Amino acid sequence: MTSLIGLPPRSTGAPVRRSRLLGTERPAGYWLYILPGALGFLAVVLVPFAMNVYYSLTTWSGVGEPQFVGLDNYAQLIGDATFWTSFRNSALFIVAMAVIPTAIGVLLAAVLFDFIAPRFGTRTSSLLRALFYLPQILPIAVAGVLWKWMYQPEYGIINTLLSSVDLDGLRQNWLGDSDLAIYSVMNVLIWLQIGYTVVLFMAGLSRVDPALHEAAELDGAGWWQRFRMITLVQLRPEIAVVLITTSVAALKVFAPIFVLTRGGPGTSTIVPAYFSFSNFFTTTRVGYGAAVATVLAILVTIIAVALLRYQTRTTEGFDDDGR
Amino acid sequence: MTVDNLSPGTATSATDDITPAPARQLRTRGGSRSRRGISGWIVLLIIAAAALLMIFPFWIAIINGFKPAADYIQDGPISLPSQLDFSALVDFWRGVDFNRKLLNSVAISGSVALIAAVLSLLSAFAIGIGRIKGRVWILAVFMVAFTIPQEALVYPLFVLTRDLGLYDTLAGVIIILAVLQSAFGTYMLSSVLGAFPKEMLEAARLDGANRRQILGRIVLPLTRPTLSVLVTFFFIWTWNDFFLPLILLPSADNQTVSVALGALSGQYTSDPTALAAASLAGILPALVFFLIFQRTLMRGVNLGAVK
Repeated sequence: MTSLIGLPPRSTGAPVRRSRLLGTERPAGYWLYILPGALGFLAVVLVPFAMNVYYSLTTWSGVGEPQFVGLDNYAQLIGDATFWTSFRNSALFIVAMAVIPTAIGVLLAAVLFDFIAPRFGTRTSSLLRALFYLPQILPIAVAGVLWKWMYQPEYGIINTLLSSVDLDGLRQNWLGDSDLAIYSVMNVLIWLQIGYTVVLFMAGLSRVDPALHEAAELDGAGWWQRFRMITLVQLRPEIAVVLITTSVAALKVFAPIFVLTRGGPGTSTIVPAYFSFSNFFTTTRVGYGAAVATVLAILVTIIAVALLRYQTRTTEGFDDDGR
Repeated sequence: MTVDNLSPGTATSATDDITPAPARQLRTRGGSRSRRGISGWIVLLIIAAAALLMIFPFWIAIINGFKPAADYIQDGPISLPSQLDFSALVDFWRGVDFNRKLLNSVAISGSVALIAAVLSLLSAFAIGIGRIKGRVWILAVFMVAFTIPQEALVYPLFVLTRDLGLYDTLAGVIIILAVLQSAFGTYMLSSVLGAFPKEMLEAARLDGANRRQILGRIVLPLTRPTLSVLVTFFFIWTWNDFFLPLILLPSADNQTVSVALGALSGQYTSDPTALAAASLAGILPALVFFLIFQRTLMRGVNLGAVK
């Protein structure tokens, strides 16, 4: 988990030199092998991203010639309420995809791992883990259709259930009410993400030395104390990585919004990805959409670099304050 | 790659047995049963109820996907169907030509998985075995390919594929997704190949093997387990991918399963069981993959964490 970055150690140079003597190796020849990947990267990532940055400096409807306008689009973004709403919603999605699933996931993983498993066997805890994990196997689009159907105001299961227990007053237009829609979407995201955190944290727990728990137990520590003093501390690397990766994912959310609400009602559930998409393909303000996408890309890259640095640091053992 | 934004790649087997050491030791002490106690049962009950709540949507999709519409109107969504009725499922299947979408998805996911694995292996061979100069930077740049939001690439990709005649073709999407995913594969495989036993490479070189032979006869067979994990993940990621296929494959004949379902909104909403049947059609392949690939996925618990 903490060693996702395992860069190959620096070359000693010796093997290459020797084989060159044997006449079978030209060191430059290895470049040929990276050529297909590099060309692909150039064509699919580098050039398109550069084009996107260029578009963001223009006014363009997708046909005709883009008009260069400098940083106008970015200046306009700062004053655009929809832009700020989209990032405020992203912050809520970080809560729904990173914060809440991590909190629930740690607790569930700990309960399954060292409360349920010792008492009821690992088969029971594995089965329960599988049930929590199930939503993760679904394509997001399918999960979206499923929930849209359950949220449906007239015949949807949630409202039908509320009526059947005489709680008609709680019936809501879950996705159609602009105050409520964002929370309904958040609920779907939490449902999707819990399995991911439970499984990762349980894998993390299996590397924690059981002697720690046994010693604490002999000292009279209760389950809750052990959870706070041992489990949480030992899982710190996993928790950090999960929080960062899921936050990146939360910033990129597109499919759930596309399927569930299309950003509406109004702009109440709009997110940056959907905002740039609708600028590109609905209102055909390509330059403006490109500016939104560029801002999003920069933000995501900053977080991803933070993740990389964290991982390299923990891998290289510089982060020893936890031990 | 992260079009669906939800780290879909972290599929791992949820049913493998990680036997926690404390469990084993407690059992040998013979205390396991007596330790259950009332509080133990209460906790189990709460967790089990929470787990059932998690799978409730699946259950509800299954029972309503097979329910006659009349049943639904009369008894609501909770009741079991009075008879197995496949008509909603069949209507949806025919209505969207689901066979076609399945075929497209299989073709795209399969090609992407294989091409991306080959690209990853070639690049990782140069980086991990060939130790080409600047490899740390090359890997860092490759990283960008799988963290960058696809919104920042999509419009240029749309323009470029259109100019090259690859717009609305499976080939265009396959090339783009294969490159994006191979960035991740390169990253994973480079660290695996970086730790490759040097004696073996040395011995092969002394025997006169050239680079191609080293790759094909030594590196490839020994990295096959890692490659199979990668291929599996690439396949499932591509299957679940939504954003790029949505934009680059607009015509119904080229749509994938994910996009066909995601684009449903609006249609089929008048019939209360139609969307349940549609969900069911989307759930079935995912369940099949989960069952087939379980053991491979298990080995890749951490693979998707970066996504």
